[in-house]
Amino acid sequence: MKPSPFDYVKPASLGEALSLLSDSDGEVAVLAGGQSLMPTLNMRLSSPSLLIDINGITELDGIEVVEDVIRIGALTRHQVVQSSADIAQHAPLIAMAMPHIAHPAIRNRGTFGGSIALADPAAELPACLCALGATIEIAGNKGRRTVSAVDFFKDLYETDLADDELLTAVEIPVLADGYRSAFEELARRHGDYAMTGLAAHGLIDGDKVSDLRLAFFAVGGTPVLAKNAAAVAEGKNIGDEMISAVQSALEKDLDPFDDLNCSAAVKMLYAKELTSRALKALIR
Amino acid sequence: MTNRIEINTTVNGETVSRMVEPRTNLVDFVRYDLELTGSHVGCEHGVCGACTIRLNGEIVRGCLMLAVQADGGLVETIEGLSENGKISDLQEQFLIRNAGQCGSCTPGMLLTADALLESNASPTRMEIREFISGNYCRCTGFEAIIDAIEKTAQTRQKER
Ligand SMILES: Cc1cc2nc3c(=O)[nH]c(=O)nc-3n(C[C@H](O)[C@H](O)[C@H](O)COP(=O)(O)OP(=O)(O)OC[C@H]3O[C@@H](n4cnc5c(N)ncnc54)[C@H](O)[C@@H]3O)c2cc1C
Ligand code: FES
Ligand code: FES
Repeated sequence: MKPSPFDYVKPASLGEALSLLSDSDGEVAVLAGGQSLMPTLNMRLSSPSLLIDINGITELDGIEVVEDVIRIGALTRHQVVQSSADIAQHAPLIAMAMPHIAHPAIRNRGTFGGSIALADPAAELPACLCALGATIEIAGNKGRRTVSAVDFFKDLYETDLADDELLTAVEIPVLADGYRSAFEELARRHGDYAMTGLAAHGLIDGDKVSDLRLAFFAVGGTPVLAKNAAAVAEGKNIGDEMISAVQSALEKDLDPFDDLNCSAAVKMLYAKELTSRALKALIR
Repeated sequence: MTNRIEINTTVNGETVSRMVEPRTNLVDFVRYDLELTGSHVGCEHGVCGACTIRLNGEIVRGCLMLAVQADGGLVETIEGLSENGKISDLQEQFLIRNAGQCGSCTPGMLLTADALLESNASPTRMEIREFISGNYCRCTGFEAIIDAIEKTAQTRQKER
């Protein structure tokens, strides 16, 4: 299908984009990479009267390391993040997740900020941000504010972002000494959204893990931090017995729902398997 | 009706200036406005890869971009890449291996394979699979396509 008609504007600055957003009557859509918005327009799942193309706002693009955080501008394309040496060094979890996001032609357009703003429950990046304790930066006409990733994701496709605000950047603490990450995902086809996925991050000392964060995706409306499982893992050596204890604790953390790809029961099974794989990967 | 917008782009080396409706996507623009029908349209929501086009040297989904977004950009389609000979060896291998049957996926597959070989001169079969994972082929079962890409890479390596 083809989209319904709309008008198109391409502001050159953040200020201009924000005033366009606040002046509008709500029938607007923000166009970043378009890799999720365009399908919804083509299928007429949404019919905005105005499209605000933010691709001309160069200040939203790029990756920089500032002291102990790595800052990823909202417009940074997936492909750029995937091949960034700074990301590989300071946020290896993100580097591990990137190849799982869609396909090369889509990664050439899709943006980091778009994935976060969209908050697809089966998307990789929201879970990674929760595992890494990232902060999301938002601009509105009243100024800038920040919110932690864990508080940003509210519900299915629902975030803390207001209609007249734009996501400007994400800040991730650079990898601290002794910390390691693991990323596991099961999908029907390489690049598809996950059936179940896990972003794991923790302090590793020999075989011992502490401060573990297990952020699951595609098992709830938002990324789910498995707190009980992390508590069971705290201070223990990673091994078979420990892994089964962590897996059992997951039943208190996760309450998956059926989706098109698999049932809730299968998702729970996958979550346990991915936990085992991720824990082993953390000490490999 | 919304206002039409003037766009200026370079398509396969030629400067093109047109008035377009904002909602016209890039692949419809090249097919209907420029009558370059080599780029195909399948799903119109990013899944099949039939609409693959190069914009500023990178492959993109032609159905997930607006023509207005190509303003000031460099567009290349299968017609351009066929005429300038850039992928003639790849096309020849597709023919030899019968990697194009109905031809619906073929232009997108060729552009994607070309992008792979630009970034990775000697990909493994697994790397080829992963790179073309976003391009559906309903005829060949993919093996012949992977053979053709692999063979092209090997031949190019030998000839270097
Ligand atoms: C076939 C296919 C497979 C895919 N597979 C995956 C996958 O496996 N994993 C995955 O994570 N993604 C996947 N995607 C989605 C892709 O990663 C998208 O690029 C991403 O989800 C959205 O980013 P975008 O820049 O394209 O955003 P757009 O499509 O432009 O926008 C998406 C939404 O976010 C809003 N938005 C975008 N940027 C901002 C901003 N800076 N501030 C405020 N609001 C904003 C838009 O208004 C819109 O509502 C897939 C897409 C396709 C077509
Ligand atoms: S028509 Fe564009 S991906 Fe299918
Ligand atoms: S040759 Fe028919 S879809 Fe690929």
